[in-house]
Amino acid sequence: MRRLVRWELLLLVILAVTIVINSAMSPMFLTIGNQINLFQLSIEKIIVALMMTLVIINGEIDLSVASMMGLAACAFGWLFQLGVPAGVAIPMVLALGLLGGAFNAFWITVIGMPSLVVTLAMLIGFRGMARILVEDRGITGFPEWFNALGQQPILGPLPLALLVFAVLFVILLVVLHRSGFGRKVYVIGNSAEVARYSGVAVPRVKALLFIASGFVASLAGLLYTARVSAVRGDVALGFELDIITMVLLGGVSIFGGKGTLWGVLLSILIVLNLRNGMALANITGHLQTGVIGLLLILSVLVPNLVQSARLSFRPGSAAR
Amino acid sequence: MTGWLQSVHPQTLRVTALALVLALVILFFGSQIDNYYTARMFNRISTSVAIILLIAIGQALVVITRNIDLSVGSIVGFTAYLVGDLLVAQPDLHPLVVVAAAMALGTALGAVNGLLVAYGRVPAIIVTLGTLALYRTLLVEYSDARSITTANLPKWVVELPQATLFSIGNLDIRVTFAIALGVALVVHLALTRLRAARRLYAVGSNPDAAAIAGINAERVVFTAFLLSGALAGLAGFVFLARFGNITVVAGLGFELKSVAAVVVGGVNIFGGSGTVIGVVLGTTLVDVIDNSLTRWALVSEFWRDALLGMLILIAVAADTLMNRYLDRLRRRRHMSELSAGTAPLPRETG
Repeated sequence: MRRLVRWELLLLVILAVTIVINSAMSPMFLTIGNQINLFQLSIEKIIVALMMTLVIINGEIDLSVASMMGLAACAFGWLFQLGVPAGVAIPMVLALGLLGGAFNAFWITVIGMPSLVVTLAMLIGFRGMARILVEDRGITGFPEWFNALGQQPILGPLPLALLVFAVLFVILLVVLHRSGFGRKVYVIGNSAEVARYSGVAVPRVKALLFIASGFVASLAGLLYTARVSAVRGDVALGFELDIITMVLLGGVSIFGGKGTLWGVLLSILIVLNLRNGMALANITGHLQTGVIGLLLILSVLVPNLVQSARLSFRPGSAAR
Repeated sequence: MTGWLQSVHPQTLRVTALALVLALVILFFGSQIDNYYTARMFNRISTSVAIILLIAIGQALVVITRNIDLSVGSIVGFTAYLVGDLLVAQPDLHPLVVVAAAMALGTALGAVNGLLVAYGRVPAIIVTLGTLALYRTLLVEYSDARSITTANLPKWVVELPQATLFSIGNLDIRVTFAIALGVALVVHLALTRLRAARRLYAVGSNPDAAAIAGINAERVVFTAFLLSGALAGLAGFVFLARFGNITVVAGLGFELKSVAAVVVGGVNIFGGSGTVIGVVLGTTLVDVIDNSLTRWALVSEFWRDALLGMLILIAVAADTLMNRYLDRLRRRRHMSELSAGTAPLPRETG
């Protein structure tokens, strides 16, 4: 636990440094408008990252989220083209998200396949379904009120997606850190065997998390559609890299059992500020992705090196 | 009644089932598509298998050690572009030097992965997800929005994909296809005959036991990533020869295709088991489906990815269920032999 507290302190320092550098580069940086804009540009990713935090703490991974976002967006566009009113299409797409999550959960908990394989297959599969629905078309012309949901502030300066983020953060904070279910998520992440022998319904917890992950991804896909008011087959392509980076940089262990939502919130802020800072410094999107990739590796490598260095200073205390 | 199932090695069962599925798929498409059994179709599939097979064999070596290499697509693109650039600048280089350069470049990129995974103790999925983005970024930065075109490449490179080694009837065995099959044969022999190569399986099936048995697990994993990089580099060269026009998106998505080929080919994603024959069949199956769907009138080509995803799921699920079933049979037999006093204590496997 002490290591985690230190990790979050380190994140806080990094965040402070990026903010100071960014605001030195541009006086516009610290305005409320820019900060909201900063969130708004990647809001869908960070919403999915919150749910991914629980999945990874549980010792699993969901690589299919970005494809589910794309599928949700394309399904919405397809339904809309068929003449289904947007108000009806929205709940249908959300149900599709639940269904997709349940589909993943089936192979993982009932058949007993590793989530890495299942969600890798569905990374291809969901994207494939999205392509079947819209082929190579682009779909636009959604109703005004729908686009406004993605672009206009609805509460003070806050747009809908930011409110969804805030509400989801609070809900998951309570679920993960204050509820019995949250304890089960950690116990399973530490050791699924121990959890099983302690009477925890491991498959049920896992299934619930994957269903929730599919649902949140489809919601994020809808929010994305509303924000850019257009749909194409490659919506959200490759977002899983950013999403997983945010979670792991937040101190969540890829092996499960460790990490907090607060850490992930800090790392989200760091990633957003870094990207914004790089954009201010005229660094292109591609180089930004490379930097995020480097960050992902370092976020695991550095703690590993620190730990092994610490161990080698205490000979005999631990062989591994 | 089910005794014969236990006498057959699971890998043999897997390969037989796969060969059967492949035959059925080919028969099915043959009945659906006019002029399916032609030399042209064979050439198309064999030249595209040549590239994926090289990558998939490297991927299999990594997966057998209980790791994964998601950066291979970026390595293919990176080497294809850089070697192309090298050839444009120095068109008189000897072909062997060019191939060696491609493999060296791939090896170097694989070494970065291997160092981080084996010695940095960062999980392979994180490292290679990171280098997937990093290598691609380096390529985009290096290329500066230029692309390699066929017109600037030496003649022998452009003509290589059409070069035929020998023909069986009217089926041409292309040089690139022969190279891939040759690599497959060498790796197959190594994995089944060489003590050093058996260490890949030892590390993958139980790293702790391998370490106790005196195997340097770090070095084995590092070597697997080196080989995966080298083969991806070689594939990058073949890719360059086949397409000639190389942009920064070259090789995009190959990591998923290679993982698909490997798991469909029966390599256990948790490491420790897998055969080259399986990988060859898996690669061919994935590629036959891929190439046939584009010509199937009933279903649009947009179905490819959705079907590929389902294929992976079904292949791995069948494997999981079969292993569980065989395990239960084996344990039951042990129990009955135990009560007869003829067997050692049963042990849970898998």
